[in-house]
Amino acid sequence: MSEGSSPRGAVERTTAVVIGAGHAGLAASHFLTERSIDHVVLERGEVANSWRHERWDSLRLLTPNALSNLPGRRYDGPDPDGYMTTDEVIALIDGFASVVRAPVRTGVAVTSLRRTDDGYAVTTDAGELHCRTVVLATGACNRPTVPAFRDAVPASVEQFTAFDYRNPEHLPEGGVLVVGASATGVQLAAELRRSGRPVTLSVGEHVRLPRTYRGQDVLWWMDASGVWDERYDEVDDLTRARRLPSPQLVGTPERATLDLNALTDIGVELVGRWGTVRNGQAAFSGGLGNTFSLADLKMRRLLGTFDEWALRRGHEGEIGPPETYAPTRVPESKRLQLDLNSGEIRAVVWATGYRPDYAWLDVPVLDEKGHLVHDGGVVDSPGLYALGLPVLRRRKSTFIHGIEDDAREVIDHLAGFLAFRR
Amino acid sequence: MTTTESPVADNGVNVQALLDARDVLKGAPEAAQFTWRASSKWQHGVHSTTRLQNYFGLGEEQSHKTETVLDADHPEVFAATDNAITPIEYLLVGLASCLTAGVASVAQNRGIQVRSIESTVEGHHDIRGILGADSDVRNGFNDVKVTFTIDADASPEDIQALVAQSQKRSAVFDALTNPTDVTVEVV
Repeated sequence: MSEGSSPRGAVERTTAVVIGAGHAGLAASHFLTERSIDHVVLERGEVANSWRHERWDSLRLLTPNALSNLPGRRYDGPDPDGYMTTDEVIALIDGFASVVRAPVRTGVAVTSLRRTDDGYAVTTDAGELHCRTVVLATGACNRPTVPAFRDAVPASVEQFTAFDYRNPEHLPEGGVLVVGASATGVQLAAELRRSGRPVTLSVGEHVRLPRTYRGQDVLWWMDASGVWDERYDEVDDLTRARRLPSPQLVGTPERATLDLNALTDIGVELVGRWGTVRNGQAAFSGGLGNTFSLADLKMRRLLGTFDEWALRRGHEGEIGPPETYAPTRVPESKRLQLDLNSGEIRAVVWATGYRPDYAWLDVPVLDEKGHLVHDGGVVDSPGLYALGLPVLRRRKSTFIHGIEDDAREVIDHLAGFLAFRR
Repeated sequence: MTTTESPVADNGVNVQALLDARDVLKGAPEAAQFTWRASSKWQHGVHSTTRLQNYFGLGEEQSHKTETVLDADHPEVFAATDNAITPIEYLLVGLASCLTAGVASVAQNRGIQVRSIESTVEGHHDIRGILGADSDVRNGFNDVKVTFTIDADASPEDIQALVAQSQKRSAVFDALTNPTDVTVEVV
C-alpha cells in the first residue's frame, strides 16, 4: 500500500473525494451518501463559490423556477415562471448542501491530483488525502477565454471579462465594445446600452431563441419535448454539441426576448466576428449576414420540432398558436473596421466564453486542446469521474436540474467500480 | 418535398472520402497543412500570366493533372489591352466556384439530389480608390452579392440551409470576409 510509505505517515484516507461544492459536487455527495460511500467534498472557496464571486450583479438563472430542481428538492414557491437572482441561486445551493449534509471542507484548494497504486492522491493546501475514486465537479467555466489579439488592443482602452465585470458603473464613460453574443454577451450589451453608453456588439456564431414560444418558456419546451433529455451517445456531433455557445436568453420578470433584433431596437450596433487588430484597428468579419441566417434557420428548425411534438402529443389545445419571428436584421451599414485609438471605444468586454482549469490535474486525461476525455462522465482513468460539463450525459447536463440524472448515473458507475474492485 | 422516395442522392461528390479524411486529419494536424502556389509573370502593360500546377499537402509535394494558365489584364475602359479578365474578377471566380462546390457537397451529405446550381456574383467596386482619386474610398470591393438559383429535391428552407452551410465551410468566403495576414517580399 502506497500510503504506508508516506514520509509523514498521517495521510488521511477516504473512499471518494469530490472536488468542487457547486450544485454538481453537492449532487454527487447526495448520491454518495445515499449509497453510504464515505467521502469528502473539497471546495477552494465557499459553497456555490462561482456564483458568489465570478458573476455579474444582474445575472439571473436562465431556467425558470419550475425547472430549477435539485435532487430531492422541487420548487414549490409562488413564482414558477420566474428566474432566480444570483443571491437566490446561492441560497438554493446553500440549502441543498445543508439538507444533503454534504461533508464539505471549504477553503481547501486542490493543488494536485495524481494516481497511486490503489487510487488517487489529492494534494491540497491543507494536506493530502488518499482515496479510491474522485469526482471532478469543478465546472466548465473556471477561466474566461479571450483571443490572443487582446494584447494588441491599445492601452487607452480598458479591458474586462465576464469574470471581472460587475455592472455598468465600473466601466469608464464612453463607448463599449462587447465581444461575443451568447447569453453573457447579449445580457451585458443590453445593460450597458441601457446605462446610456454607445454599445457595439461583435457577433460570431450564436444560438438564437425566443424567451417564450406559444405562451410557454422556451426552456419548458426543451424539457417537455425531450430535446434536453437527448443523450450524449445519441447526439449527431457530440464535439459540436459540447462546444455550443449558451443561447441568447436572459431571465427577467417580464420574460423578455433578448435576441439581436431586440438589441438593435435599443440602439446596439452589431458588427461581425472580431478577427484581429491591425495598427489599432479592430477588423470584423463581413460574413455577419450568414451568421444571422444560420442562427435563424436553426431556431426555426428547433421550434419546428416543438410544434411536431405538440401535435403528436395532442397538446395543441393547451398552448398558443405557432409563432414566427422576423429574420435577424442585418445592419444597413456594416462596419468592418473600428479605430480603437479614436476614443470612440473606451472599454472592451470579452464575453468570448469560458474554459475549465485543470492545471492541478496530474493525470493524463486531457486531449490536445485541454478538454477532459470522458465517456458520459466516466474519465479514462479507473475510478475518475466528472460532472457538470456541457452535454456530459444529456443536453441538459449544465443546467441546474440537469445534474440529477447525470449524478445518479455517474455515482452508480462509481459504486459499481468500487464493488468490482472489492 | 422530401428525399425519401429517392433513396440515394448522387451529386457526384464523394462525401464519404471527405468524411474519412476529416477523421484521419483530426489526429494528424500536420498532414492537413496545405500550401497553394501560383507563379506569375508580367507580359506587357497591365497584362500578366499566372501558372498553377504544384501544391503541397498531406505531407508532400502534390501536382494537379495538368497545368492551368490564367491571364489577367484590364479592360479598354481602363485604357488597357483587355486580353483577359481583371485580377479582381478572379475573386468572383473563386467565390462562386467555392460556394457552388459547397452547396453540392452539403447537399450530398444531407442526401439531397441537386439538378442545377446557378449563381451570379456581383462585386461592387468604386474605382476612385485604386485611382487615388479619393483617399476615403477603399481599393477593394465595397461589397459582394451572390445570387443562387438552385433546383433540388428539397424545400426552400432546406435549400437556404444548404447555402448557409456552404458559406460556413467556404475557404474563399472566409478569405474574403475575414482579415488575412499578407506578406509581400522582394528577393
